[in-house]
Amino acid sequence: MKRIINTCMGWLRRFAMYRDLLVLLVQRDIKLKYRRSFLGYLWSVLNPLLSMLVMVVVFSTMFKRKIENFPVYLICGNILFSFMREATNKAMTSVIENASLLKKANVPKYIFTLSKVTSSMVNFVFSLGALVIVMIATKVPFRWNNLLIIIPIVELYAFCVGLGMLLASATVFFRDIKNIWGVITLAWMYLTPIFYSLGSFYNDSEPNRNRAATALGLIIRRFNPMYMYIQQFRYFIIQNADAWEVPTPELVWRGALVAAVFLVAGTLTFNATKNKFILYI
Amino acid sequence: MLKNRGKPCIEIKDATVRFNMAGEKLDNLKEYFVKLVKRELRFKEFYALKNVNLTIRQGESWALIGKNGAGKSTLLKLICGILTPYTGTVRVTGTIAPMIELGAGFDPNLTAKENIFINGAVLGHSRKFMKEQYEKIVEFAELWDFMDLPIKNYSSGMRARLGFAVATIVDPDILIIDEVLAVGDAAFQQKCRNRIRELQEKGVTLIFVSHAKAPVMELCEKAVWLDHGTVKKIGATKHVYWAYEHYLEETAN
Repeated sequence: MKRIINTCMGWLRRFAMYRDLLVLLVQRDIKLKYRRSFLGYLWSVLNPLLSMLVMVVVFSTMFKRKIENFPVYLICGNILFSFMREATNKAMTSVIENASLLKKANVPKYIFTLSKVTSSMVNFVFSLGALVIVMIATKVPFRWNNLLIIIPIVELYAFCVGLGMLLASATVFFRDIKNIWGVITLAWMYLTPIFYSLGSFYNDSEPNRNRAATALGLIIRRFNPMYMYIQQFRYFIIQNADAWEVPTPELVWRGALVAAVFLVAGTLTFNATKNKFILYI
Repeated sequence: MLKNRGKPCIEIKDATVRFNMAGEKLDNLKEYFVKLVKRELRFKEFYALKNVNLTIRQGESWALIGKNGAGKSTLLKLICGILTPYTGTVRVTGTIAPMIELGAGFDPNLTAKENIFINGAVLGHSRKFMKEQYEKIVEFAELWDFMDLPIKNYSSGMRARLGFAVATIVDPDILIIDEVLAVGDAAFQQKCRNRIRELQEKGVTLIFVSHAKAPVMELCEKAVWLDHGTVKKIGATKHVYWAYEHYLEETAN
């Protein structure tokens, strides 16, 4: 027990020592992202806004089943999913891209992965501006309840840190992952109710007609972590929940559980392999 | 620092470092599984260091000499804790200022000023400390007019200046220098040597890698000659370097 406490204290002390590095790396990412661009940080708001407009035009003509306040519904799902995609993509290459620094000094390697997820999170916070604009435009009332979105955001952040560490350490040994991850996130996006609702898998009048679709709906409902975070987030913004959605309190603890599992798995994998990184980067 | 003078600060016992051969570097899944099935994994290994023993005491100055690929940089990385030994142990007490591949850690798109802060943070300095030391660093590097210029527009000499200035702001217990003085101009080389001298007088342990004879002779009293990952000769710089030169002449003929 005493040894565990000592290890944790040592770990915390080392983190405190390199805390400024984390801050500087996050600043670097944000600065470089919009360096030499005319509108700069405004792009973080404009980008989700414009892509939402495109998707609203495309999907509102495609789908028959109406979703209440589709623009808000869409942008909620979209900004959360974009955050996950950006965070994992950057975290994946965080170790190999900082090879020159890692070869030079003995720095805690997870700092680089953490900084990538954190800078994506900063970007995400900017994109909440776009959500506010859409809420005002579609006359969604603001409530104190809205602030509860902090719960799914923290859960998703932890989830992405865990997943990011898994990907970062795996990518050091197998560069293939860099190529396949784009495809995986694409499939994942279609399997996440971003522009459709979970209800579209179920047929109210003839429940047994399309069993395959119903099964798929059930799988998404049960196992897709992004569904857990996005649905929670949406619920806190527009209180939409039809009969098919998982009740929000259940999503809160399920989301936390998944995030914790990924965080632990990511940390353990990263720790077990980090000493070999240097031989492969 | 002075009070610890003479105490062992780096103890390397029977250290071996193993790499998978560069050509056999497995970085794709298909190859990995093919090899796994054929049981050919870990087939070709390369020992960068073999059973190296070395004890360095606080305040001593050591030169590492040997041909390219002899394991000098590997040994430095082992001391810095960047590499961990495959077998054997490495024990280091005290703070280390590593100067391996100076300027390699700079982000080419960031300005020199931004890079100074990141580099300092990598070495474990706080931002507050770096702010206090910033003027001193710029002063030493003599690059006053170029601080807001992205590093990609710097020459290798300018990068080395900056790297040296950042790495030596604090008085470390152990200073590690890997062939960096070769890049700067004569005046700056002299300045670096003076700074190293100053640190040596304060009781800093110096580990120095160079292919040039003069700085090795000037700065180091002891030397290790590495060849193909093993220690070939160890002792006073004069003797070790003489033997090394002799060996080079012999192999050249």
